[in-house]
Amino acid sequence: MCKGKIVDAIAAKGLQSIEDVRAHTKASASCGSCTGLVEKLLKCTLGDTFQAGSSVKPVCGCTSYGHDEIRKLIRVKEMRTIPEVMQELGWTSANGCSKCRPALNYYLLCEYPGEYRDDAQSRFVNERVHANIQKDGTFSVVPRMWGGMTSAAELRAIADVVDRYQIPSVKVTGGQRIDLLGVKKDQLPAVWADLNKAGLVSGHAYGKALRTVKTCVGSEWCRFGTQDSTAMGIALERATWGAWTPHKVKMAVSGCPRNCAEATVKDFGVVAVESGWELHVGGAAGMHVRATDLLCKVVTAEEVLEYCCAFLQLYREEGRYLERPWPWIERVGVAYLQRKIVEDAQSRRALQARFRHAVSFTQKDPWAERAAGAEAHEFTPLAEVTA
Amino acid sequence: MKLDWIDVGLVSDIPPMGARVVRSGDGDIAVFRTADDQVFALYDRCPHKGGPLSEGIVHGRSVTCPLHNWVISLETGGVEGPDQGCAAQIAVSVDQGRIRLALPRAARAAHG
Repeated sequence: MCKGKIVDAIAAKGLQSIEDVRAHTKASASCGSCTGLVEKLLKCTLGDTFQAGSSVKPVCGCTSYGHDEIRKLIRVKEMRTIPEVMQELGWTSANGCSKCRPALNYYLLCEYPGEYRDDAQSRFVNERVHANIQKDGTFSVVPRMWGGMTSAAELRAIADVVDRYQIPSVKVTGGQRIDLLGVKKDQLPAVWADLNKAGLVSGHAYGKALRTVKTCVGSEWCRFGTQDSTAMGIALERATWGAWTPHKVKMAVSGCPRNCAEATVKDFGVVAVESGWELHVGGAAGMHVRATDLLCKVVTAEEVLEYCCAFLQLYREEGRYLERPWPWIERVGVAYLQRKIVEDAQSRRALQARFRHAVSFTQKDPWAERAAGAEAHEFTPLAEVTA
Repeated sequence: MKLDWIDVGLVSDIPPMGARVVRSGDGDIAVFRTADDQVFALYDRCPHKGGPLSEGIVHGRSVTCPLHNWVISLETGGVEGPDQGCAAQIAVSVDQGRIRLALPRAARAAHG
C-alpha cells in the first residue's frame, strides 16, 4: 500500500478516521504496525479537521460507545444479555458484528460470573470449539502441562494419539507445551477423550485466557536456583487456569535473576531471589517487545499467588477487550496497579476473592465436556451428500 | 447441469447466528442460519484464502471469515468492504422447517 493511494482515498472519499482508512484501503488493517504513519497522513491531508484520539474510540461501527463506557453502563444499568445491551445502547446493526459481539460476551461474563450464559455464537471459532484453527481449516490441540512439566506416561499417551489419529505434525511451543497440528474437526472429541484418559486437559492455547506458565528447573536441580520456580509455576497455573481475560495472558517463573524462563517479557513474570520473589508485570515479546515493570517484591509463595490473582482480576475488570496487559498498564500507569494491589491490602484481597469466585465456575475442562457429548452439533456435519 | 432439491436437515439443527457443514462431492457446503431464521448456503471457501466460512461469526446477513476477517454477504456470496471476490452460492428452500439445497441431480443425503 503506497502513500499516494491512501492520500487519494482520504481526499476522494472524505475519510475522517483511521477506521475509515482501514475500511476503504486496508492500510493499517492487518497487523496495525503502520497505524502511526497512517494517522500522520490523515493529519497531513485533513489539517486541523483531523482529531486524533480527541474523542472516545468506538468499539466498532455498530455503536458510538467506547469499551470503558459500555462496561460502566452494563454495571450501572444492570444489563445482562448481549441483545439487551444492543437494544438499550442503540446499536445500529441487527445483531452486532465480529468485533463487538465477542467484546460484549466477555464483559458480561466478567461482570456476572456464574450467572451469565456464555454465548457460543459470539465467540471466535477457537474459543467455541476449544482448539486453534489453522490455515487449511484443521485444528491444533495443545494439552495443558502444568508449569511445563510432563512425564513418560503423558508423552506415551500423546504419542499414541498422534499414531492413532495420524496427526501430521507435533511441535514444541514457545510456552513449553506440545502442539498437535492438523487435527480434523470431527476428530477433536475422540482425540480429547484419549488425552483425558491420561489426565491431560485443555491447555487453552486457543483462548483469550491464561495460556501457559513457563518455568526453569529452579532450586530443585539448578546450581544457581534460589527458589523452587517449577513448583511456583505449577501452583500459579493451578490457581489461574480457566480464567477468561480481555486478551491472552502468559506467565513465567524464573528461579534466579539469570531468568531462563524469560519472565521479564511476560504479562506476569516472577523472578526468584535469595530473599523471596520479584513480581513483574506488563512484558511483551511479540510484534512489540517490552520489558516488564517491577510491581513489587514479596517473601512467600502464598503472597505470589495472592498478588497474581489480584493482578489478573484488575486486568479482567479494567482491561479493554483485545488489549494485552502491557498497553493497559501504559494507559493507567504502574503506580495505579501498585496502589490497588501492593499498598492497599484490603483491595488486593477483595480482587483475589473476586478472581477466585469467577474461576470457580470456569475451571472445568472444556475438552472433557465435549468428549462426553456436549455441543455435538459443532463436530458433526449436518448431512453428507453423495452423487 | 440439472439440479435436484436435496433435503439436508432441519433449520433447528443449526444454531441461530451459526452454521453447519454439508459434505458433498464438490466440497463442503456451509449452511447458515441467521438470527431471524433465514437460511443461506455457500461453498465453504472464503474467496480470499479458502478459509472455512462455516466457522465464522454470523451477523445480520453476513459472515466474517475466521482466517483473516473478510466479511462475506450471505445473500450474494460477495465480499463486503474494500476486498474483492465472491463465494459460490447454492440455492436454498425452507419448507416447514426442513432445509433443501439445489444440488446436482442424483445426489443423495445421509443425515449427520
